[in-house]
Amino acid sequence: MSQFLPEFLHGYIPTTIQLVYLIATGFFIVGIKRLGSPATARSGNQLASFGMFLGVVVTLFDQEIISFEFIIAGVLIGALLGATAAKKVQMTAMPEMVAVFNGFGGGASALVAWGEFTRLDPSLFDTQSLITIGLSILIGSITFTGSFIAFGKLKGFIGGGRIALPGQNNINLILTAIALVLVGWFTYDPEYQVVFWSLFGLALLIGVLTVLPIGGADMPVVISLLNSYSGIAAAMAGFVLDNNLLIISGTLVGAAGLILTNIMCKAMNRTLPNVLFGSFADGPAGGPETSDSDKSIQQTFADDVAIQCAYAKKVVVTPGYGLAVAQAQHVLKEVANLLEERGVEVKYGIHPVAGRMPGHMNVLLAEADVPYDQLKDMDEINPEFPSTDVVLIIGANDVVNPAAKTSPGSPIYGMPILNVDEAKRTIVFKRSMSPGYAGIDNDLFYSDKNQMFFGDAKKSLQELASAIKELD
Amino acid sequence: MEDLIFNLFIFVLAAFVGFELISKVPPTLHTPLMSGANAISGITLIGALIIAGGSGSLYAQWIGFAAIVFATINVVGGFMVTDRMLEMFKKKEDDQ
Repeated sequence: MSQFLPEFLHGYIPTTIQLVYLIATGFFIVGIKRLGSPATARSGNQLASFGMFLGVVVTLFDQEIISFEFIIAGVLIGALLGATAAKKVQMTAMPEMVAVFNGFGGGASALVAWGEFTRLDPSLFDTQSLITIGLSILIGSITFTGSFIAFGKLKGFIGGGRIALPGQNNINLILTAIALVLVGWFTYDPEYQVVFWSLFGLALLIGVLTVLPIGGADMPVVISLLNSYSGIAAAMAGFVLDNNLLIISGTLVGAAGLILTNIMCKAMNRTLPNVLFGSFADGPAGGPETSDSDKSIQQTFADDVAIQCAYAKKVVVTPGYGLAVAQAQHVLKEVANLLEERGVEVKYGIHPVAGRMPGHMNVLLAEADVPYDQLKDMDEINPEFPSTDVVLIIGANDVVNPAAKTSPGSPIYGMPILNVDEAKRTIVFKRSMSPGYAGIDNDLFYSDKNQMFFGDAKKSLQELASAIKELD
Repeated sequence: MEDLIFNLFIFVLAAFVGFELISKVPPTLHTPLMSGANAISGITLIGALIIAGGSGSLYAQWIGFAAIVFATINVVGGFMVTDRMLEMFKKKEDDQ
């Protein structure tokens, strides 16, 4: 759009663009900072989007841009698709949504590197630009296909379990090593098309092969990691274009993704290599076939649960993904309201990996109008269990399994859990006695302080709500 | 070579800022943080603009066009869905 400006201003354009980029960087940093606290988060997101708007608008004045047909068409199509998806998506499907957006972000970075390489004569590029183009294509493409495989797994299009060839991990490592060699070769001989296309194709393949073997329960880690990759891909594209705004914002996102990945790994007591290269399914799944006959469970029904909760002082709800699948968060809120009207203190204890991405359960409960100050994370709620009368465990299993504390042979041993067994009474809402996502039996179910309330979570909670109403 | 070193400085410093900014975010906000950060990674859009509107071949412009579509989906969708989520986070006092 620089052609619309008077001639005498043209000399100032490059500097002005850089200064506005600097301002946009400030908006991103302050925006992310404000995203860190519930009270300011919304304004933080708005500041960041304003920073993005500034960056995009000022770029249109770049003197390199001479035609706008592709830009207008591309922005319109992208904005329409993005806005529609953002408006329509169910909160339960947020992980899929973030995975798809991640994929598009990573894909865009790979395309930018490819486009820049195609646009200019290869002889114009020096070694460092070629290395960054190669890395950009590599990381961007891995993010692209990896994210769509993650999407397929979350949606259930692709089996949630481990899909792998024998020696899959070694294959992946070798392929990654080959890809890095190809980056080197590409740098040495950028005009050799075969190398360029092999690198592109191999990167896309690596994305598929690395995510495919990862079990569904590990998806929170994978999504965080792919989020980090999409940021790093953008930063690499920034290296290609010598653009500081891209480098800084991409790196901020990369750091955010890494921190969340780390938090998720800690919450499952696993290391990142273990998530990427190992799986629960590799262990002795379900443990030894212990004689279930000597373990008995107590079954309970809505009326009894209603009485226990209504006359309790403190009730803690520990929701898991099963709650979301049953779309039961709104009924749960109704039950909580009824109990609060009777003077019962209700809190929600949320394990870091409850749900399919970091913080997912919090969003689902917020959607049901649960105030965020009632949502307690693991470290906050654990000291409260000894003084809790009833814990309602809804759709959660592995995150309350005492085996994580007591049996060193268990695949989840060492994973921090919600210490619900310290409460006076636990009630598990569950469809059947089937083991959880990780396929591990749960001793909590056989505890004499525990009762099982079988059925679909939503239906059970509806029964519970009407039973509480009838108490008056 | 100076360019690369300069860019590396920016990269490393930004990484420190990022770790500092994000390490204290409460779990309640992890999902919005992630989708908001994800939207920011769509900043690659500004690179796509130059390729799609630049003086390169038609082939390059088409690649730029695809990059714009991808990045805009990421940016617009990401910021909007984050706003939708954050709108739901309320304190008890707020809802009458």
